[in-house]
Amino acid sequence: MTGTALPALELDSVTAGYQRRAPVLRDVSLTVAAGESVGLLGPSGCGKSTLAKVAALLHRPYAGTVRLGGEPAGGWRHRAPRAQRTAVGVVFQQPRLAADPRLTLAALIAEPLRATGRGAQATERVAQLAQAVGLGDDLLARRPHEVSDGQLQRACVARALALRPRVLVCDEMTAMLDASTTAALVAVVEDYRQRSGAALLAVGHDRALLERWCDRTVALGAVAGPRDGTELRSVPRAPADRSAG
Amino acid sequence: MSRKSDTVRPLLRVRELSVRFGMRGGRDIAAVSDVSFDLAAGECLALVGESGCGKSVLVSALLGLLPANARTSGSALLHRPTHDGGPGPAGQDEPLDLLAADEATLARTVRGRRVGLVPQSPAAHLTPVRTVRSQLAETVRELKGLRGKELAEATRAAAGRAAFPADHLDRYPHQLSGGLAQRAATALALVGDAPLLLADEPTTGLDRDLVERTVDELRAHTGEARGLLLITHDLAAAERIADRVAVMYAGRVVEVAAAGDFFGGPGPRHPYARGLLAALPERDFTPIPGMPPELGRLPDGCAFASRCTRASAACARLPAPDGGVACHHPVTTGRPACRHREGSTV
Repeated sequence: MTGTALPALELDSVTAGYQRRAPVLRDVSLTVAAGESVGLLGPSGCGKSTLAKVAALLHRPYAGTVRLGGEPAGGWRHRAPRAQRTAVGVVFQQPRLAADPRLTLAALIAEPLRATGRGAQATERVAQLAQAVGLGDDLLARRPHEVSDGQLQRACVARALALRPRVLVCDEMTAMLDASTTAALVAVVEDYRQRSGAALLAVGHDRALLERWCDRTVALGAVAGPRDGTELRSVPRAPADRSAG
Repeated sequence: MSRKSDTVRPLLRVRELSVRFGMRGGRDIAAVSDVSFDLAAGECLALVGESGCGKSVLVSALLGLLPANARTSGSALLHRPTHDGGPGPAGQDEPLDLLAADEATLARTVRGRRVGLVPQSPAAHLTPVRTVRSQLAETVRELKGLRGKELAEATRAAAGRAAFPADHLDRYPHQLSGGLAQRAATALALVGDAPLLLADEPTTGLDRDLVERTVDELRAHTGEARGLLLITHDLAAAERIADRVAVMYAGRVVEVAAAGDFFGGPGPRHPYARGLLAALPERDFTPIPGMPPELGRLPDGCAFASRCTRASAACARLPAPDGGVACHHPVTTGRPACRHREGSTV
């Protein structure tokens, strides 16, 4: 989209879904430049979470290419090359489903570091991250069932930032959270982006939130026509325009 | 704002409701503290606050669904609606204290019949291995005592009331979209014609259009005869349908206000409520600094003081609710000035 050399994240004619004959996404392309934040809007069931998973290399598309920093994805899920896997940080909607209940919040945040052989830096980095997301020592020692959704999501955001990703994918990161925690976590993500120049793909259905948060927003919606499919279109920043949300 | 203000007696009168959870080691968790409010027929009261502030525990307390280690105090009197056409002679006008009622009473006469629950996560609330028709029919059979053809008809009618499409009745919960699962759960809650509806975060995870449709439908079902207690962290949903708003923080109701004043010009008076509203992306989008205190380690005074810009030495004492706001330094919004009551009655 922008004139800079290589976009941080590029989805090129991606077709993806869970049944080959009826893909959720058909021929969708999206580019997020380095340092850019893009909000992806769409109603429930339109495929926006599938798109987020494809972008995070967590779901293999049937067709199309995903490029990170110009480099085509070399695999999906655990088969993705480590350098690419760790270049993307993901925050999911439901922190409880995204957190190992056996780990303390400190261990949860440190997990990506340990998994990539950087366990030695863990203590220092966890302390930094915990401070950034506002978790105190007392909370860090607890397990997920002992904290609120908002506190657990703070830990999940810290975990996503642990490896200093170049691309952040936030899939409905704040859908379970109250207004104040939402604003706090968005501030954490934006602070990281400002310092690191990372790209952001924020997926959600809250138009007011994404328009406030992101440089631009695009809407994913079904196209009526002879063939079922999806299209992406950029959303004008007109609050009166209700057709796309 | 509140309609039916002439009604002498509310549908639900909650007074100084507290819930404590006894933990191992003798520690107590103060999940709900001294909550008092009234809810009239035809009224929607939205209870807002962040996750973990005690909203859902309050709902469980009203339904007698708290775990064994919970202790309650206070009262929650459920009255029969004034223009009640329900069963029983007129003499049965004694209110029922939901906190004191035994399990048999709650199970046989209250849940589903006098208090309907619209649950937080319909997908988890519905039985996954049975169709919507089967679950709805069971509820109709239990609550209405119908059998055979009448039951089948009443089941279809019950689905229709919540706008659940009849051709989806034979589907299993996992085959439903979020919106339809929500309607199925609403249909179940409406079967017993309960005068009091409790909706516990009914819109979590739904997109904006569905949120609006769901709360509009709840509002429509409330009509003139029912009272709706809407528990939510979604301020936009509350603004859309509520007559009054109660803000909960760390287990206490810190402000109760007419929805028009709360969301409109005057705005909230409690600093926490103001902060919560200001955090919306449509407004300032600035978070309230810090995090809420642990419910097991609440300060003696105002629980919000450590995050509050208006805090002073006075805040070491618990503020008593006064004119709908429990704060030593409420924001004055141009409405009639409120007295500062120093005695702590709460």
